Amino acid sequence: MTAARGESSRPQESAVTVNGASCRVWQKGEGKPLGFLAGLGGVPRWTEFLDRLAGSRRVVVPSLPGFPGGLGHDSLDDTADWIAMTLDLLEASGLEGADLIGASVGGMLAAEAAAFSHATVGRLVLIAPFGLYEAGDPPADVFAQPAAAVPGLLCARAEAAAAHLAAPEGEDAMDAMDAMEWTVQLARANEAAARLLWPLGDRGLRKRLHRITAPTLVLWGERDRILPPSYAKRFAAAIGTGSSGGRAASVKRIEGAGHLAYLDEPEATARAVLEFV
Amino acid sequence: MKLCFFHLMPYSDLPPDFKQKNSSVWVDVDSRLFDPAKGHRMYNEFLDELEFAAEAGFDGICVNEHHSNGYGLMPSPNLMASVLARRTRDAAIIVMGNSLALYNPPTRVAEEFAMLDCLSGGRLVAGFPVGTPMDTCYAYGQNPSMLRARYLEAHDLIMRAWTEPEPFTFAGRFNQLRYVNVWPRPVQKPHPPVWIPGGGSIETWHWCAEMDYVYSYLSYLGYKAGEATMRGFWKEMERLGKDRNPYRAGFLQFVGVAESRAEALRIYREPAEYFYGRCLHVNPRWATAPGYMSEASIRARAQSMVAQAAARAAAPAGQSAYGNVTFEEIIDQGYVIVGSPDEVADQLREVVVNLNVGQLMLLLQFGNMGRDLAMYNTELFQRRVAPQIRGMFDDRWENRWWPRALPAEKRAVPREVRA
Repeated sequence: MTAARGESSRPQESAVTVNGASCRVWQKGEGKPLGFLAGLGGVPRWTEFLDRLAGSRRVVVPSLPGFPGGLGHDSLDDTADWIAMTLDLLEASGLEGADLIGASVGGMLAAEAAAFSHATVGRLVLIAPFGLYEAGDPPADVFAQPAAAVPGLLCARAEAAAAHLAAPEGEDAMDAMDAMEWTVQLARANEAAARLLWPLGDRGLRKRLHRITAPTLVLWGERDRILPPSYAKRFAAAIGTGSSGGRAASVKRIEGAGHLAYLDEPEATARAVLEFV
Repeated sequence: MKLCFFHLMPYSDLPPDFKQKNSSVWVDVDSRLFDPAKGHRMYNEFLDELEFAAEAGFDGICVNEHHSNGYGLMPSPNLMASVLARRTRDAAIIVMGNSLALYNPPTRVAEEFAMLDCLSGGRLVAGFPVGTPMDTCYAYGQNPSMLRARYLEAHDLIMRAWTEPEPFTFAGRFNQLRYVNVWPRPVQKPHPPVWIPGGGSIETWHWCAEMDYVYSYLSYLGYKAGEATMRGFWKEMERLGKDRNPYRAGFLQFVGVAESRAEALRIYREPAEYFYGRCLHVNPRWATAPGYMSEASIRARAQSMVAQAAARAAAPAGQSAYGNVTFEEIIDQGYVIVGSPDEVADQLREVVVNLNVGQLMLLLQFGNMGRDLAMYNTELFQRRVAPQIRGMFDDRWENRWWPRALPAEKRAVPREVRA
């Protein structure tokens, strides 16, 4: 990774309060804001993908509750709670009406936000979003896994996920939290995802996707081992078909990437996003 | 001291190569291995064993709840408890218990436990486990991140349902019921004693202290591993200003007794190897679920040896916890106490003193042990071991957590049935 280390890549950090809990917001770059809601594991550290986006846009990365940097997942009991929280979080982060990228867990919430509130999202990029369930092609049970198997499910290159989630060492560890708190925040991120998705069944997004009017790009890592790439078509087919307008989403595969395509192929994923937005 | 006979009802015909050919005994256990005709025989023999234990003089008989589990054939322990209530006279009926978050609405537990308390004439102990990840999150699909909050709310609902005389509305976070009015009502007032089966989480210790409930540490790892957990429990009780009344605590121990140690080693080898080899073959992927363990427990687990031991036992699932355990290890580690009656009595006396446990639960049928051997073990224990330990603690401590049954003259006597 070229941009994940060092002073030059540090984002600005602030915090917003959503549902009475604090959520970190990272920002970097100039220009029109571009929001990012992260996937499984969240963003415990700044990444090359975000740095590449920040080369062209002001990237704004609010932490979802329970994910690294964010608290308050334990007050969210159902999908409606999560959607309202997402709308609050985007507004509080100054992202109302901005272009929005949502990946994995964040992808489901970005799609829900766009379906519920047309004014919230400008252009929408979904990277392997959760939210649909096909009995003949179910998602892998990413929660019922020995810890050692998880990086290989999250990314096509297991080492990319492992590096993203590894506690900081050496110089990077100097101002970072201690190893135990790092472990706790990753466990919390896993819990927050489970709180929203368990047991990985249908959460009703299927009945709402037609309401999305934002121009939408669906990106999918062609080697996604959690959500089969076939789900891309299902999203694209449903989006923008409602009476309120919109148009069909376009689909692009990211070659060589797994579920968290932005970790596996940061350059190709960032390029696809920037070309669209 | 109270001596309780605990039965898991393990399916006793898992094939010898079960471990090699199967992923797990729990959650995704192969249903084709279950033969209903054999199941018929097993259930009836297991009930015979429980009834025999009550007849032999055990203070209580215990059943518990598991789902999709090859070593625990009681998805509904209440069904077992109901037949036992009819076929026993004096023993406490200890249901260990109903995993509260799995009952919808949880008033079902208030109703069924009240039925059992009436049926048994006030002999019920109400066990309220949170339940394992395997049972609750995987087999029953409960959200692990909400499990404990749902459990606590269900508990509050059940307690109100048992104690409030008027119909009431329950407007909870997870349960909304316009009319709560449980019929029948429990015999025991204000409610049956509550025991909490736990794996060693700090929250459970605190909660038992706060509510004045019995904490029951149900581990398959025996007294040596249990010592660290129980020491942690008592230290926490002391910190919270609670007395050391040993009846605050329950503990489960496997025991095999015979005329001599050599004989015991000979006859209990196979069922012990069956249990620790086949029954505890659980795929580690089911051993936990995100959010099942609280952040406080995660921190404590990382920080302290006490909690590490507890966490290990809390996940009886982990293959790593048992691996390819040999009979020698099963004995040396104290998973199963075997020996002559005097040897077993000596060891148990030491165990209950060290762990300070007044409600001792004994697994005398385990693995694929047949009815004859189970009854032999039970009878010998009751006749030769029990008298040596029964009087312990009673001179100094009151057992405030034992059922208060109706007096004998008020008890119904089931009519004899001519088959």
